[in-house]
Amino acid sequence: MVVGRSSASRALGTAMLYAAVLGYVVFALFPLFWTLKISVTPTRLLYGHGIPLWPAITTLGNYVKVLAESDFPHYFLNSVIVSVSTGLVVTAIASSAGYALSRFRFRGKGAVAFALLLTQTFPLVMVIPPIYRIFGALHLTDSLRGLIVIYTAFNIPFATFLMQSFFDGVPRDLEEAAMVDGCTRLQALRRVVLPLTLPGMGATIGFVFTAAWSELLFALMLINDDSAKTFAVGLLDFIGKFAVDWGEMMAASVLGLVPACLFFALLQRYLVAGLTAGAVKG
Amino acid sequence: MTRSATAGVAREPAAGRRPRAVRRRAGAALEPWLYLAPALTVLMVVLLVPLGFGIAYSLRHFTAFGSRYVGLDQYRRMLSDPILGQALLNTLWWTGASVVLQFGFGLGLALLLNHNFAGRRLVQAVVFLPWAVPSFLAGLTWAWLFNPVIGPIPHWLTAIGLQKTPTDILAEPGIALWGPIIANVWFGIPFFAITLLAALKAIPAELYEAAAVDGAGVVQRFARLTLPFLAPTIAITVMLRTIWIATFADLIFVMTGGGPAGATETVATYVYVTAFSTLDKGYASAVSVLLLALLILYAVGLIRMRRRLLAMA
Repeated sequence: MVVGRSSASRALGTAMLYAAVLGYVVFALFPLFWTLKISVTPTRLLYGHGIPLWPAITTLGNYVKVLAESDFPHYFLNSVIVSVSTGLVVTAIASSAGYALSRFRFRGKGAVAFALLLTQTFPLVMVIPPIYRIFGALHLTDSLRGLIVIYTAFNIPFATFLMQSFFDGVPRDLEEAAMVDGCTRLQALRRVVLPLTLPGMGATIGFVFTAAWSELLFALMLINDDSAKTFAVGLLDFIGKFAVDWGEMMAASVLGLVPACLFFALLQRYLVAGLTAGAVKG
Repeated sequence: MTRSATAGVAREPAAGRRPRAVRRRAGAALEPWLYLAPALTVLMVVLLVPLGFGIAYSLRHFTAFGSRYVGLDQYRRMLSDPILGQALLNTLWWTGASVVLQFGFGLGLALLLNHNFAGRRLVQAVVFLPWAVPSFLAGLTWAWLFNPVIGPIPHWLTAIGLQKTPTDILAEPGIALWGPIIANVWFGIPFFAITLLAALKAIPAELYEAAAVDGAGVVQRFARLTLPFLAPTIAITVMLRTIWIATFADLIFVMTGGGPAGATETVATYVYVTAFSTLDKGYASAVSVLLLALLILYAVGLIRMRRRLLAMA
């Protein structure tokens, strides 16, 4: 009797577990699915056909138009240049800083770590008015270089904590053994520590790439010239200008999701490290 | 062991002639700062200096032709700014509702993923995906879902009788803020789920076995074992996340631009729109100084409360 009841309640528990899991999966995927659906729906089927889960006819015409007839390929290229450059520059600078925080004990270390944490909680909208004026004076508006500079600053603190955690993961005994064998500290760093932190550097580049790829507000403020527009700015302008071309807009959005999803797949293993390092980055 | 090893590395051996040893010690003291220098320089030049400028701007009035010193005039102007009052209230709603819902659903998801079930790894990859979606795309996607022309949500709301005809909730002042909040919950669940799941995995399984042997039920085990173990993670993630969401302007900017009629304006979007669209950099700076002050107050209050709770315990 007792056994029967507990197995029944266990079955009920399992059913509830799967129902809850299904709920989360649907909630996570539905918005993306809907964007994909509209992007392959022919425009004439968009109106007056209700809201079917999948259109009767699908088309890739929207993608062809976005890739062949619009400025989006150019915007994508700009975003790739900005995001890759920011990823590389930040990772180089943050590796150096993360190494210092991981391997040295020195006066002021606590203060540096605290200051880095503080910049993470700092409302970035605060620097919008001054950055706009300063960058204007330095001719850094309407240029990809300006975006790289500002994104580099935004991402250094979080990337430094991330790199510090990767350096912490390399046992000190290894480099000390190399130094006992006659290597200088730099040689030990180059031959022993760096090869072991390469995957971590790759992950840091990925996190920074994703952050730079996603940034909108500063890009929108600093870029007016069509030749320097990033994907985010291009998409928002597109909405302003061609407010009703839903299919093309969604096709462009789906294309913009591709690099983010690719990096997400590659970064899965490092998500915990990444989120705890930059607890505020989202 | 590694501790003592560090000390060995950081402290130079006393051997060798004295001046050289001193020089080497000075060099060793400088070394970490050399590694930190590029990072600190960039942060100084690109964040700290503009921050100083921003505070100075808050005391100046900007026009198309230049600026002049106005003292605290713009702070006084804030007192009688009805949009700012609304924005402060909205910021509370936006932040509170987003954090509570993100945390609640994130904790639920973490607890689910802490079970073993068929396909768990695939499910985990799928439910964490919104984290990778660029925030402006998350905002646009949800704005489209709420759109009666191409989105399903207004039709569903009509079908279950919540709306008479399909309309865009983002256009209705009374409820518009819920649009960005829902998008923010979608976007932020993975953050809490990932960090809380990592904390859950760190709880030793033997403790649960011991509790089960002692006859503790599911609810008791959760309240007496899981929650106390998660508490430190919860405290730090909720605090940092609250600050982050309070200043997070992308979703609202993309979905409603602060409208209709300021119904979804938060302090962060107000700063952005004021600086960017109306080009009133002085006033935008003053409002952003207010935002910074409120965040500092919040953090200090929280730290004090924590101290009092610790003293009571």
